[in-house]
Amino acid sequence: MLTFERTFEQCQELITDLSFERVHRWKNQHPDSKVIGYFPVYAPAEIIHAADMLPVGLNGGGDRLDIQYADARFGSFICSIIKTTLELGLTEHLKVFDGILFSSICDSARNLCFVMKRNFPDLYVDFLHLPHNPSSTASVDFLTSEYRRLIQELERIGGKQITDAGLQRAIALYNRNRQLIRSLYTFRAQMPHLLRAWESYVLVRAGNFMPVEEHNSLLEESLEQLPQRSGKPRDSIRIVVEGAFCEQPPLDLIKLVEDAGCYLVDDDFVIGQSWFVEDVPVDGDPVHALAESYVNRSVYSSVRHDFRAPRWEGLVDKVKRSRADAVLFLIAKFCEPAYFDYVLFKKQLEKLGVPHLLLEFEEKQFTFDRVRTEVETFVESLVFD
Amino acid sequence: MGEAKHTEYRGSIHQRQKELMLKWYERLNEAAETGTPPTASLMISGNCIELLEAFGAVPIYPEVNALQLAIRHQSLEPILAAEEMGYAPDSCAYVKADIGCYLKGITPTSGKLPKPDLVLCNFVGCNTYVKWFEHTAELTGSKLYVLDVPFLREQDPSQADIDYVIRQLKEVVTLLEQITGRKFDYDRFVEAVRCSAQVEELWSQIKHLARRSPSPFDAYFDAITLMGPLYVYRATPEGVEFFSAALEEMQARVAAHQGVYDQEKFRLVIEGPPPYPYFRTFRDMFAKWKACTVASTYSTVGGLWEFGARHDPDHPFESVALHMLSQNVTNRNYLQRYEQIRRYLEEWNADGLVIHFVKSCRLFSAGQGDMRDYVTKTLGIPTLYIESDLEDPRYFAEAQTRNRIDAFFETLEHSKLTAKAV
Ligand code: SF4
Ligand code: SF4
Repeated sequence: MLTFERTFEQCQELITDLSFERVHRWKNQHPDSKVIGYFPVYAPAEIIHAADMLPVGLNGGGDRLDIQYADARFGSFICSIIKTTLELGLTEHLKVFDGILFSSICDSARNLCFVMKRNFPDLYVDFLHLPHNPSSTASVDFLTSEYRRLIQELERIGGKQITDAGLQRAIALYNRNRQLIRSLYTFRAQMPHLLRAWESYVLVRAGNFMPVEEHNSLLEESLEQLPQRSGKPRDSIRIVVEGAFCEQPPLDLIKLVEDAGCYLVDDDFVIGQSWFVEDVPVDGDPVHALAESYVNRSVYSSVRHDFRAPRWEGLVDKVKRSRADAVLFLIAKFCEPAYFDYVLFKKQLEKLGVPHLLLEFEEKQFTFDRVRTEVETFVESLVFD
Repeated sequence: MGEAKHTEYRGSIHQRQKELMLKWYERLNEAAETGTPPTASLMISGNCIELLEAFGAVPIYPEVNALQLAIRHQSLEPILAAEEMGYAPDSCAYVKADIGCYLKGITPTSGKLPKPDLVLCNFVGCNTYVKWFEHTAELTGSKLYVLDVPFLREQDPSQADIDYVIRQLKEVVTLLEQITGRKFDYDRFVEAVRCSAQVEELWSQIKHLARRSPSPFDAYFDAITLMGPLYVYRATPEGVEFFSAALEEMQARVAAHQGVYDQEKFRLVIEGPPPYPYFRTFRDMFAKWKACTVASTYSTVGGLWEFGARHDPDHPFESVALHMLSQNVTNRNYLQRYEQIRRYLEEWNADGLVIHFVKSCRLFSAGQGDMRDYVTKTLGIPTLYIESDLEDPRYFAEAQTRNRIDAFFETLEHSKLTAKAV
């Protein structure tokens, strides 16, 4: 089992490595290919892959980056990931990237896209408008053309043509990736004593920095070995985490919540990596398939608008499916999309009698005493209820 | 420096503006009492009021209600009510004030506000809009439609962007037919688009008068007064009549060399919404220095027309779509805002830029530090950066704001004098 523990350690190193060493290595091995980063929450990695490029999910600077310049550009009341992402650029950490994609998730990220464009004129910076009106039949057509625009741009900067066959291969690979992530989550919900949330988190997020083929192998090996792990069920309450879909909480915070007596049986960490609830069709027009899947078969999220069904239905489903006792709202400071949804989520949970707790976090957070007490009190109140 | 003077333009249009806004609230009250006329909630920026006009439907603008409340120093109570319900202290206070009013039954006048027949969210860049209207629909039980307008990520909208918006506009037509039981009146729609085009032409001419020195009005503080009728009446003959009168009055002032102050000492561009809870106080801080705003980005939330764009009655749907996509400051990208400011500074011949960072509004404020960097370093124009809020009175640090404004003008005055001396 030692190798297995080592895997988690390596993944943890990978996701906290601000020098993007792994990505540099890939680029050295593929000198004719480009690296395209994408800001959360979702990007069609399949298209980047089909362009023979490496898609890299960016998730801010974590707790290892000192902010020297970005504060002056993005002032008060702005979440941390906006600043750390810009800081990474201003401190030359993003040199390995040839392009960065943003999408319509919130107003801060939207403006960051164009601030990046101005400050890094050599970088290909683009903004994808992901539709907010899935009820309209026009939205699939629109997104299809938006994806075709991206294809043209990637062909331009990469000099290679993107083919339908290449896209279909990529879709199959990412379908497999999402299936594996789903299996990992199912395993965790069933056997939370054998797989801790932070472990599954680093395992999934590591996929942001390697080709999908490699990540698939990593997940397959892990899923094979997991049942052989030994561990005793703990006396913990089952919790669903909601609200950490974009800026990521410090790893220590996730560990702390578990140590305080919680099984995190489901969450929305790096949710873009398991964005579709079903496989994207591999037959037919692949661009249309990606667009249609986005519009009709995406997960619910605070940054995806679909007024055909209220978002809270998604959360309530999740709670039921994972047989959770409570919901933990883990929300990045100043994250407006999460905070607005919190109000309606909370209202529904209270109607259904599901207990919940709100914790605010920042990427850079080092003292957790207050948070620990809050979680412990919450757990106690549930255990003795 | 002399005492602060209450110098603002108060001609007959000021009175007319009040009457028009009251009339609007009366119609909303009538809708609340009798069920007619039909109503729809709309967002100000990039709105498609022409479609409502075609149905004889009246818009409800929650933003206008919220700002009225703040100007009258009544916004804190509803904000607190919303926070009690779970809204975060740092989320947009417009939303909180509006939701709080709904919870507490507060309305902007003594009249009632109707339950909207349709909550029509024209999503033009502000993600908070979508959340806001989702919540309104949830609270009121009204039907929601989110009209998704692709963000202007390239210089101009693509054909795919335009087609997408037009198809949704036509869906809204069908929806309004179902909801109101009225048939879509195409001729009335074209007429509404024609009125909009006229109002835009008049409004644009008014704005261009501010290129004169002295400017006949303040293009921030006075422009805000004119904005109410612009939103509610743009697509109507009353709107055309109001803005014709406004233009005439302004032209007369130009002819008589009447400026905002007896002597216009500084010409400014202002970026960002105003601190409505301290609107008067804030204005006086500039009046003290006889500093006149000659252009402002906030006054282009409803539409950006001073550079030539207009609605077009020959292509009504397409021009409504284009208006939503590219002719309002909120759906234009951040670098286009830099460019807009650069043009104002140069073509309206301004001495400096004031950036008012409002904590509620990330759409306006996220990245304004970078904007300052661009204006000061790349353009070499003096810039003042101040922070407060547009709705929440708890974020206005009066003494500190005053000191910063005074210091800015002292430096500006000094550099003007030195420049003259050279
Ligand atoms: S954390 Fe929230 S506010 Fe910040 S960029 Fe992400 S979605 Fe936007
Ligand atoms: S965030 Fe800004 S633009 Fe959006 S509703 Fe609030 S004040 Fe208006």
